[in-house]
Amino acid sequence: MRARIWGSRGSLATPGPDTVRYGGNTACIEIALSDGSLVILDAGTGIRGLGLSLDGRRPARIDILLTHLHLDHLEGLGFFTPLWEPGTDLHIWGPTSPVQSLSERIATVLSPPLFPVHLTDVPASVTFHDAPQGEWAIGSATILSQPIIHAGPTVGYRIEEQGRTLAYLTDHEPALGSDLRSVTPEWISGFSVAKRADVLVHDCQYTEEEYPARMGWGHSSTEHVATFAGLAGVERLVMFHHDPMHGDEQLEAMLGRVRDLGPDVADVALAREGMEFDLSPGAAAG
Amino acid sequence: MSEATQQRSIVLILARDLASMLATPMLIVDAEGTLLFYNEAAGAVLGRPFNEAEPAILGDWARAFDPRDMEGKPVAMAQSSLGIVLTQRMPAHRTLRIRSADGVERVVESTAFPLYARADEFVGGVAVFWGKHEEG
Repeated sequence: MRARIWGSRGSLATPGPDTVRYGGNTACIEIALSDGSLVILDAGTGIRGLGLSLDGRRPARIDILLTHLHLDHLEGLGFFTPLWEPGTDLHIWGPTSPVQSLSERIATVLSPPLFPVHLTDVPASVTFHDAPQGEWAIGSATILSQPIIHAGPTVGYRIEEQGRTLAYLTDHEPALGSDLRSVTPEWISGFSVAKRADVLVHDCQYTEEEYPARMGWGHSSTEHVATFAGLAGVERLVMFHHDPMHGDEQLEAMLGRVRDLGPDVADVALAREGMEFDLSPGAAAG
Repeated sequence: MSEATQQRSIVLILARDLASMLATPMLIVDAEGTLLFYNEAAGAVLGRPFNEAEPAILGDWARAFDPRDMEGKPVAMAQSSLGIVLTQRMPAHRTLRIRSADGVERVVESTAFPLYARADEFVGGVAVFWGKHEEG
């Protein structure tokens, strides 16, 4: 499996000179499986570029795994070119809600007056699925989804193929109400999704100074993500969901802070657009 | 998936987080009735902090408190507020007389309600309670 980040920003797309190094597009990661299957994590604005890149190599079936339906994870879907191609067999997975189906919730955004075309009128064949609680298969990968702590129904995804694992916990506040160091792992949100992953892509929106005023908003601080990654025993931590108020220099200061905290992780990096991970058997995850 | 492990429902995790920050006595069981957690305030009413409680099914654990109704008749676990949650999956309120682990007899008001993670997924129950008064 190979992964490529197309958007790593949180909350709001943030183009401009201050975000050149890590990018301004919101959440989207491409996962290319060894059997040719294409899995996409979230449909933020980064999915526009991903869709364009598929010209001439688009598989018949595409699976999009949505962690939740906040706009920064959904707003690119209408600009995903395969959605407008009749031959596309698009499967969209997302968290369940006790109130509305997944298609109904997505259609509130992809329909007038917020969008000119109704979701039911797009040329592609679109099938909606509630993300199961537990494991299922897409192509040659095993997927695990579990509800996690964020504002509203949200899941994290763990993707495993050929013994290599990528965990995706983009909007996640496991430290809400918990001292992560004082509870056993079974009581830590997202732990089983992240446990011993080769690559953990995790929310790191706030500095420790910013977090107290934003507690309960569903995101993690530098200290939280360092603690969580260390407890989960991951190989590589990728800090994700960059705050739209943070420019490149601020992000690099946060990276330094996480490294200073010294989680027992082989590598810590900032997510950036264009970053790739080769998770083939035997390959280093860089 | 070799490395993934079972973990508690996010609803139970959030319930425990809430309980741990509440001054209101609160106790949590899973869908099978296994005692998962009670907070410090509950420990004060029960006469024993949670970290000294033995892992147990609620019925076995609760028997140690000799629950009785206000006429002094023993109350079966299925008739307690949490017992009703577990067996009938509906909210319930009861008044009980218990003998706490510290030897104090207390009258306890208890309101319990079921926790559903999804409409068809019962994951446990929560009881909030408070001691009305002590009788020596």
